[in-house]
Amino acid sequence: MRNALGSVDTVLLLGGRSEIGLAIVERLVRDGVRRVVLAARDAAGGVPPVIGAAEVHLLDFDAARPETHGEVIEAAVKLVGDLDVVIPAFGVLGSQAAYDADPVAAAGAVAVNYGGHVSVGLHAARRLREQGHGTLVVLSSVAGIRVRRANFVYGSAKAGLDGFAQGLGDALHGSGAHVMVVRPGFVIGRMTEGMSPAPLSSTPGQVADAVIDGLRSGAEIVWVPGLLRAMFAVMRVLPRAVWRRMPR
Amino acid sequence: MTSFLTGWGRTAPTPARLARPGSAEQVAELLRRAPERGVAARGLGRSYGDAAQNAGGLVVDCTGLTSWSLDETTGLVTAAAGVSLHDLMAALVPRGWFVPVTPGTRHVTVGGAVAADVHGKNHHVDSSFGAHLRSLTLVTADGESRTLTPGDELFWATVGGMGLTGIITEAVFRCVPIETSRIRVDVERTRDLDHTLETMTATDDRYRYTVAWIDLLARGGRMGRSVLTRGDHAAREDLPRGADPLAFSPRSLLAAPRWAPDGLLNPVTVRAFNEAWYLKSRPGSLVQGLAPFFHPLDFVDGWNRVYGPRGFVQYQFVVPFGQEATLRRIVSRLSAEGVVSFLTVLKRFGPGTPGMLSFPLPGWTLALDIPAGQRGLAGLLRAFDERVAEAGGRVYLAKDSRMSAETMAAMYPRLAEWRKVRDGADPGGVFRTDLARRLRL
Ligand SMILES: Cc1cc2nc3c(=O)[nH]c(=O)nc-3n(C[C@H](O)[C@H](O)[C@H](O)COP(=O)(O)OP(=O)(O)OC[C@H]3O[C@@H](n4cnc5c(N)ncnc54)[C@H](O)[C@@H]3O)c2cc1C
Ligand SMILES: NC(=O)c1ccc[n+]([C@@H]2O[C@H](COP(=O)([O-])OP(=O)(O)OC[C@H]3O[C@@H](n4cnc5c(N)ncnc54)[C@H](OP(=O)(O)O)[C@@H]3O)[C@@H](O)[C@H]2O)c1
Repeated sequence: MRNALGSVDTVLLLGGRSEIGLAIVERLVRDGVRRVVLAARDAAGGVPPVIGAAEVHLLDFDAARPETHGEVIEAAVKLVGDLDVVIPAFGVLGSQAAYDADPVAAAGAVAVNYGGHVSVGLHAARRLREQGHGTLVVLSSVAGIRVRRANFVYGSAKAGLDGFAQGLGDALHGSGAHVMVVRPGFVIGRMTEGMSPAPLSSTPGQVADAVIDGLRSGAEIVWVPGLLRAMFAVMRVLPRAVWRRMPR
Repeated sequence: MTSFLTGWGRTAPTPARLARPGSAEQVAELLRRAPERGVAARGLGRSYGDAAQNAGGLVVDCTGLTSWSLDETTGLVTAAAGVSLHDLMAALVPRGWFVPVTPGTRHVTVGGAVAADVHGKNHHVDSSFGAHLRSLTLVTADGESRTLTPGDELFWATVGGMGLTGIITEAVFRCVPIETSRIRVDVERTRDLDHTLETMTATDDRYRYTVAWIDLLARGGRMGRSVLTRGDHAAREDLPRGADPLAFSPRSLLAAPRWAPDGLLNPVTVRAFNEAWYLKSRPGSLVQGLAPFFHPLDFVDGWNRVYGPRGFVQYQFVVPFGQEATLRRIVSRLSAEGVVSFLTVLKRFGPGTPGMLSFPLPGWTLALDIPAGQRGLAGLLRAFDERVAEAGGRVYLAKDSRMSAETMAAMYPRLAEWRKVRDGADPGGVFRTDLARRLRL
């Protein structure tokens, strides 16, 4: 349960090795979370330690297998009770060139980046609605705010996810459960290894800090860094001919 | 009907379906059809935190259970759980009787008073509400109505059990005879914390009702300076001739504004209030009405709104006698941090009841209100929890809204025993509240 000072007790991270996800979990634990569930592919194969939690549980989870997602949510509830914060942090970036060459791989990535989030999100939402409380943290991306030619497979999945998350948040309005949409820019980390950082990039820690602030204040949308919000207000209305020429 | 509920501190609202039964049979009926997310009892919602909420489940508003009677020869009152102490007093006082224990507000139900085993200014001589109970009627998870007496384990799991053993529908308790509706009060001011503790230790036992209000914003040599108000029921000869000795018609005089901004209560406004209060409390004796003596806050309707939209937290703990060092450290830390609390009260507790989760134990209890938005509050209170637990003390569940399950377990040594009795009465876990989930009871 969320207490009077905004601290929570339990968190479920899907994509249990995600750098951003673990950075959020680490901060939640610092702020009082006692029980953590990490759901990851081949969980037994090892996940980084979470320091300071009273309980850390592992579950097997594959985002590409939506028929198993209901069981994963149920198993998490069995382990820790009510889910105070649920963070689906799985995702694959891939390269546009590779997707161009292999449309099957592109569809597979979209199934994780969009389809996996739809099924996890709906299952989690059902549980949060029953509980009457809890927050689903959705990791969208500015890549989906206006899709760019340079990564439109990934970007379009994020665009779908962003719309899905907003709709889900509206559907949950008045239920006591909330959806928080997080829109980072370029995050310097494992997912973007080897790429040169875009302007207004951030670190997983900075994204996590913003998520914690957002949870505290009950924000519905969080941009990281905050300046991206103003920047994308402009980007969104740039003429198509200009946008098309964006180098990356 | 689904409603968002909070406690008196107005923090952490959660939705629940509300039902308001009008009889014990209707209560039993609701329990037989208990939903998956369980059932919580609620009185007048004067607990500060999440004790009378049940996110996603059913909340049984007991205020529709209102019948009661008085046996004028013995002073025994038989009251349905939803009767408020306000209504009882309004009827009993003119007939020469007073409730055995009243908390700082009259607007609590008998059910809430039992479930929290509430204490009043007379704890050092009269213990808490549970000590005055003859019997209880409890509807348990199976829908059966049981009459419990102090010889039953389930009785003492229910007194102070925060509504988690069943729904109390009726209580029988002994009231005290009074000659007048007034209190003869002595007011004293103390210089600092040591002086406060000394004075209370030396002379509290001369009075039935005592409390100290501490100016937490006073620092340095004045840290812990207090106003002591201590009194007894006035006798007829204490009143001026011609006065109606049992007149009692308390009303709220003011309503707090419907909305107040965050930060209205800040160090500047609270320091000014505290200073004024300390100075206005002139030492001496006076005769006061029951309401201004026991329930000064009840004169302002909805005063909890003054804390603004983020609400506030009440922190009340007790440490055993002999652990004054812990009390001193906490008071000096609060004073050093400039914590904005304008209603800090200190009280000496006497012996507790056998209630397994009852709060009071012989020692010092301090209660303070703090705006929930105060910076660093979570960490500060966590540190206090640890100190209190180490000292063998505890935090009051009826006021708590932020403790962790682990600290709570460390503070309540009879938790395991209570759980066993509760599990016997409610094997399926029908009774659930947000507090019980948060504290993993
Ligand atoms: C201004 C103020 C001053 C206060 N001063 C004091 C004080 O001096 N001493 C003190 O001890 N407390 C004090 N309190 C706290 C208050 O007395 C308790 O929280 C009391 O339990 C509130 O009663 P309620 O009817 O509002 O119950 P609620 O707040 O509605 O419920 C409190 C608990 O009782 C349970 N409950 C309620 N009805 C039933 C029932 N019929 N059957 C089973 N369980 C039930 C609920 O499930 C919940 O766990 C104060 C509160 C306020 C707002
Ligand atoms: N990094 C950025 O620049 C950036 C920017 C904006 C948004 N985001 C989004 O933020 C989220 C977290 O990203 P991150 O930076 O933390 O990346 P990360 O460290 O690479 O984490 C992504 C995680 O997703 C998991 N995953 C991939 N496919 C999966 C599948 N089929 N089933 C289960 N798990 C799967 C991976 O698990 P394995 O360990 O098993 O491989 C990996 O742990 C992603 O949704 C990402 O799109 C990232």
